[in-house]
Amino acid sequence: MSTALPPFPPAAHEALGDAQLRANLHRATHTIRDKRSRVVAEVADWEELRDAGRAIKTDVLAHLDTYLTAFERAVSDAGGHVHWAADAAEANRHVLEVARAHGVSELVKVKSLTTDEIGLNAALEAGGVHAVETDLAELILQLDGDWSSHILVPAIHRNRTEIRDLFARTIASPSLSEDPRELAEASRVYLREKFLHAQMAVSGANFGVAETGTVCVVESEGNGRMCTTLPPVLVTILGIEKLVPTFADLEVFLQLLPRSSTGERMNPYTSLWTGVTPGDGPAEFHVILLDAGRTRVLADEVGRQALHCIRCSACLNVCPVYSRTGGHAYGSIYPGPIGAILTPQLHGIEHAPTLPFASSLCGACYEVCPVKINIPEVLLHLRAKAVQAGGDPGEASAMKGARWLFGGRRRFAAAERFGRIAQRPLVRSGMLRRLPGPLGAWTRTRDMRPLASESFREWWRRRQ
Amino acid sequence: MVAAAAVSTAPVPLDPSRELILARIRDALAGGVAATARGDVGSAAHEVAAGGAAAPGDEVAGAGAPGGAPSAAFARTYGVRGTLEPEALIELLCERIGDYRAEVRRVSAAELPTAIAQALAGAGAARVCVPSAIPPAWRPVGVEVVEDASLSFDELDRVDGVLTGCTVAIAETGTIVLSGGPTEGRRAISLVPDLHICVVGEEQVVETVPEAMAQLGELVRAERRPLTFISGPSATSDIELNRVEGVHGPRLLIVLVVSKETA
Repeated sequence: MSTALPPFPPAAHEALGDAQLRANLHRATHTIRDKRSRVVAEVADWEELRDAGRAIKTDVLAHLDTYLTAFERAVSDAGGHVHWAADAAEANRHVLEVARAHGVSELVKVKSLTTDEIGLNAALEAGGVHAVETDLAELILQLDGDWSSHILVPAIHRNRTEIRDLFARTIASPSLSEDPRELAEASRVYLREKFLHAQMAVSGANFGVAETGTVCVVESEGNGRMCTTLPPVLVTILGIEKLVPTFADLEVFLQLLPRSSTGERMNPYTSLWTGVTPGDGPAEFHVILLDAGRTRVLADEVGRQALHCIRCSACLNVCPVYSRTGGHAYGSIYPGPIGAILTPQLHGIEHAPTLPFASSLCGACYEVCPVKINIPEVLLHLRAKAVQAGGDPGEASAMKGARWLFGGRRRFAAAERFGRIAQRPLVRSGMLRRLPGPLGAWTRTRDMRPLASESFREWWRRRQ
Repeated sequence: MVAAAAVSTAPVPLDPSRELILARIRDALAGGVAATARGDVGSAAHEVAAGGAAAPGDEVAGAGAPGGAPSAAFARTYGVRGTLEPEALIELLCERIGDYRAEVRRVSAAELPTAIAQALAGAGAARVCVPSAIPPAWRPVGVEVVEDASLSFDELDRVDGVLTGCTVAIAETGTIVLSGGPTEGRRAISLVPDLHICVVGEEQVVETVPEAMAQLGELVRAERRPLTFISGPSATSDIELNRVEGVHGPRLLIVLVVSKETA
């Protein structure tokens, strides 16, 4: 993506005004947070698993070229086809070519952030191929022309009434109730027909194993199994950072991911396949290895740890910013703390200069990250880059002035005396509620204590 | 099945994007990280770990891996082997499967046919699909049995249930793993029907995920078996985080754990 994303502050401001959204988000993020804490607490070696997860991902990135070519060879040997895509457009083109080669005009899709990232659905539509989203939440968003606001629960911002109305209007009968059970059943009935007769499926993947060429998809509903098993042609789009070196490495991530993500000991379904298996599953299998900015992230020694991400979304649920603004304010398919460091790096800091500031730096994200991505460290690193790339000139000169003021004791004391006098007309019931001019930006959202009537130095001198 | 050890000798045709991405990666990494990957990727870099005990601090993955020159060695200090006694192990499995709101029953080999019949009757299933190689004792009686010989998906959609075995079961997470073996059948049969009855032998139960992965890795390397991990019935929490069992996969999962002694 080459265009600038919408800035975070106005988008967040708008989101904060939506009471329904805030209520939905609060309930959702706190529920998942609690579930996660419970199942993580029962794993005695959780910290050791996190260390291993981080070490494996560090190793993958350090030798990414070797692992990618090993993966390519293993997939080919197992009867799969491997394609490389330097950017989003090329990946979309590969998918469209496969669809055209089979004369397919409709295909089924497993939920995939990667395909959202590259705008696959729109590209396919433009090429005359309709992609049906099969994850319940993704289906809800697709039917409504909406987009995801959470990595794991994309329709977290929608409540059951909104979903009922949507389904009654589109895929089900108007007599549909608001019972989640009935809503899920409506999607089951609608999609089953598609699954049984689809000629092609597209999926993302959670992991690819360099050693064996195995691809892994982790899911809950069974739509992933349907898509990767029933249609005769399967195309999987894999970000190049999603590899693990050996099959055994999966033992670490299959423990870390479900507990961090949905707060379950294990998600209902995990599918692993290696090329094609005669008589079982698709007869034709393609993997598209996607760069689309990932090598740019890799080049940054501090920032590259963002590529460790296994898309669990634990950082979203604990983030004081995300849990209030929701995902849309981040302007990207990757919201929350991980989005604040991934999006500016994938697209270039100049296209998302406000995202690294969408954080209080409290560090809760780092604490829950199953692969120990030091998100606050990367945020600070990216803030420095954003400033270098042309930060606020007013802020820069104000900081310069402050340095001069704080640089001399006499100057500082004089400023204090001046401030005490100047603030007098502004103090209301012991607080500064509104500062004049550009300083007003500070007090627009908070009160400020006035300067004390006596400084410590003055008090000390008086006691002598 | 093709042996996994076979390596293609055909030259990979030159793909400009492939060369571009690999060049970008090498440029990005030129900043000074180690130059060799862990082991030769295909090596048993983790056999050391998989065979080891859960004691912390004593294992370094990749160290001493045959044919490998480990560079990014790291401590594999997490637990690998389970510690439970056999009886506690089976109890844990049953408890954890039950937590997913799947039905689970422990039976002896002699009781298995009755248990299968009861499970089918309880779910109101009259037509049941089975893989062609299930043991005679598992064969359901009193219902119509459809052997899977490449049934169409529409035909599969019209059976009431499916009966399979499994490859391994993980107690800690309440997971059963199918790998397309003779008693498990192809992936579609345990997916399309609404009821899945799975027979688990006590000897197939392991405690931890790493123990299961060690076994499954063998099957993937030797035979490229497709794997399906099943932890309870299919579920979604997409609507206000209310868990609803049964979306696209089987809505009802019944696990029958068969005891060892009379097997």
